[in-house]
This record gives sequence, structure tokens and C-alpha cells, in this order.
Amino acid sequence: MLQGYGASLLTGAGLTIAVALCSLAIAALLGVAGAMAKLSRNRFLRTAAQVYTTVIRGVPDLVMMFLIFYGGQLLINELAERFQWNDVTIDPFVAGTLTIGFIFGAYMTEIFRGAFLAVPHGQREAALAYGMSPAQALVRIVGPQMLRHALAPLSNTWLVMIKSTAIVSLIGLSDLMQRAKNAGSSTQEPFLFYAAAGAMYLVFTSVSELLFAWLRQRYAVGVRQVRI
Amino acid sequence: MDFDAIRQSLPSYASGALVTIWLTLAALAFGMLFALPLSILRGWPSRWVAGPVWLFTYVIRGTPLLVQLYLIYYGLGQFEAVRDSFAWPWLRSATFCAIAAFAINTCAYTIEILHGAMRAVPAGEIEAARAMGMTRGVMLRRVVLPAAFRRMLPAYGNEVIFMLQATALASTVTLMDITGAAGEMNSRFYLPFEAFLTAAVIYLAITMGLVGLFHAAERRWLMPWQARSS
Repeated sequence: MLQGYGASLLTGAGLTIAVALCSLAIAALLGVAGAMAKLSRNRFLRTAAQVYTTVIRGVPDLVMMFLIFYGGQLLINELAERFQWNDVTIDPFVAGTLTIGFIFGAYMTEIFRGAFLAVPHGQREAALAYGMSPAQALVRIVGPQMLRHALAPLSNTWLVMIKSTAIVSLIGLSDLMQRAKNAGSSTQEPFLFYAAAGAMYLVFTSVSELLFAWLRQRYAVGVRQVRI
Repeated sequence: MDFDAIRQSLPSYASGALVTIWLTLAALAFGMLFALPLSILRGWPSRWVAGPVWLFTYVIRGTPLLVQLYLIYYGLGQFEAVRDSFAWPWLRSATFCAIAAFAINTCAYTIEILHGAMRAVPAGEIEAARAMGMTRGVMLRRVVLPAAFRRMLPAYGNEVIFMLQATALASTVTLMDITGAAGEMNSRFYLPFEAFLTAAVIYLAITMGLVGLFHAAERRWLMPWQARSS
């Protein structure tokens, strides 16, 4: 199938998923940290988180990625010179996942903040009154309820994120996009291979949507639904 | 920080900013032009009309913009019929392909935003319009669309900002927008920090301007109307 390039495209698709999942992990961590900073009493943390979410929203992911990939390489070269390290090169995978994770961490910050605020305050107070520690209250009581509110925007962000990973091909990662490009230029049939890549992305997004629909249902157990 | 290199490159950033803004505006204008009728069809009672529009938005929203851009710019040239057709001079131009890809992309998102805004119009208003004897066209023009346009403002503001940032992809098909100017400066001086930070600051400034514009629009058109209707 696909003139023998099918396996190559599938390998690229695997890398695309790996980039997306690693970025998701980074983004989720940054999102939780950012939300905690935004909700904290510390003014400095609040401002820092605000600057983070504002700046990220205003800069294209492509520019951010070039900044981290090329700029980071320069920085590491200078450090290597100063401390007499051996040559260190930035791995495009690391640069790509860091960039995408860093960008979507800003969106996750807003999602988690909103979800935290959506859980009634009494829930946490009751948990504390039962003698749970703040960490226990978060893990056992507030967290699961937060997740229910966060699922819808999370699924949206995840879909945007999978599609955003296509840009890592521009810093030399052999993801789905890059492999489609190579196959297209060696067979002189770029349309076929870009269409195939597009179809694979469509499969990812469709499957993700089904998965999130199932999760939403699962986390909505016990919540009354009203049909208008 | 090498400010001298930045100063030397400022002219190319300025012309890059013009390209970026022009690409964004053109894509948004064409996107909206097609989204308006298509969003009405998207909510059409017949499944045979609404279905294809839904499929279009589903496919476009489910695939990366970069794939769409490459499909049009690099992909279409594969077919001899396309190369022989009257449209080939346009399809060979990177500007045309970029605007086409961006317009198709934003069109799909705008259809969904408009469709959602139209569905949010209270049933009572539509019933009232029907009771007044309005035809579907008159009702759309006088009741549904004015309400939908106001209601879509926040979501559409986000889409406009997304589109502005998406135009950075135009630099991958040789257009000299802000990102293209940054790439050029980087290859000329090998100053990646200065080059891409300058680009980031310009994008940030344009974004801030757009955010302010949409806040003003919401204050002008959305807020007074919501206060009255509640």
C-alpha cells in the first residue's frame, strides 16, 4: 500500500503520537503548577503565571519552537564552551516536546484554574473538616470532581495539540508529516502522501474524540442530566 | 543582545508584519464570506444539506493546517490536469495557496462558531418572528443573524488570534512574513535569540491590539444587548 511507504508513514505516526503524549505530560504538569500559582495568595506567583499565559497566547507556536530549538542550541554551545563540555546538540524531539508542552501548559493552566473554581468550596471544607490533609482533599475530593469539569476543554486542547505536533517536522523530526514529505518527493506524488498523512491525523482526532466522550460519560456518573 | 543587528533588520520585519496582517485579513475575509451561507446550511433541517457541510468542517478541523497548506501548495501540482488548467498560475503562487489554505481552515471553524451562535438564539425569538409572518430569509436577516453575530464575538475573537498565529506557517512556503523575516535575520547574522524574540514581540503586540479591539467590540455590541435581554 502507498507504494511501499505505508510502513514508513506508520512509524512516523507512532512518533507523532509519542511527541503528542510527552507534550501532554509536560503541559499537564505545567498546567497544574500554573493553576496553583494563579490561585495562590502569593502575588509574585500570580503575576508570573499571568505573564506566562498572556505571552504564550500571543506568540505563534512556530516562532516559539524556533526560539527554543535554535536559541537553546546557541545557549548550550556557549555554556559548553565556558565549562569545556563536549559538543552537546539539542535533540529535536526534546525541543519539540518541550515547546509544545510549554505552549499548551498555558492553556491547561486556564482549564485547571476554571475547573478548580467550578468545584463548590464546601466540598474542600468538608474534606478538611473530616481531618484530611490539604493534599488528601485534593486527591480524593476536589481532583476527581475537577476532572469532570476539565474534560470538555481538555479534549479540545488535546485535539489542537495533536495537530500542532505537525510543526516538529520543521526542526527535522521524522514524524508523520516529515515522512509524508519525503515519500511525496521521492515518488513525485506529494498529494497522495499528504492526503494519507491528513487521513491519519483525522483517525487520531476521531479516536480521541470517541475516547473523551466515553470518559466524559464515566466522570458524569451520578450527575443529573437535564434534556432541554 | 545585539540591538544593532535588530535595527538593521527592522525594515524586513516591518514589511513582514504587513504580509502577516494582509494574510490574516484576506484569510478571515474569504473565510467569513463562505462561512456565512455555509453555516446556515449547516443548521438546515434536511440531513442531505447539513451533512456535507458538517463533513467539511469535521475533516478540516481534524487535520493540521500544515497538511492542508502543503496539500494545496505542493500536492496539487502532482496532477497534470491541474498543471494544464487555467488556475495553475494562481496555484503556483505561494501567496494564493497560503491564503486559500488559511481561508478554508478558518472557514470551517467560523462555520461551527456561527452555527453554535445561531443555535443559541432563544426559541421564543424565532417563534415570535414566525408569528409575525416573517419568511425564513427575513427572519435570518433581522432576528437570527444580528443576535448570532453579537453572541459569536468572544469565540470569533479567539479564532482571529489563532488565525494571526497560524499565518506563521506561511513562512514554510517561502512567504516573507514576520517569521520569514526572523528566519532571514537568523541565517544572516546567526542570532536566533534576537531574531525570533523580535518576531515574538511583534506578534505579541499585534495580538494585544486584537484583544483590545475585540474587548471594545464586546463592550459596544454584546454587553448592552445582554443586559437588556436578561
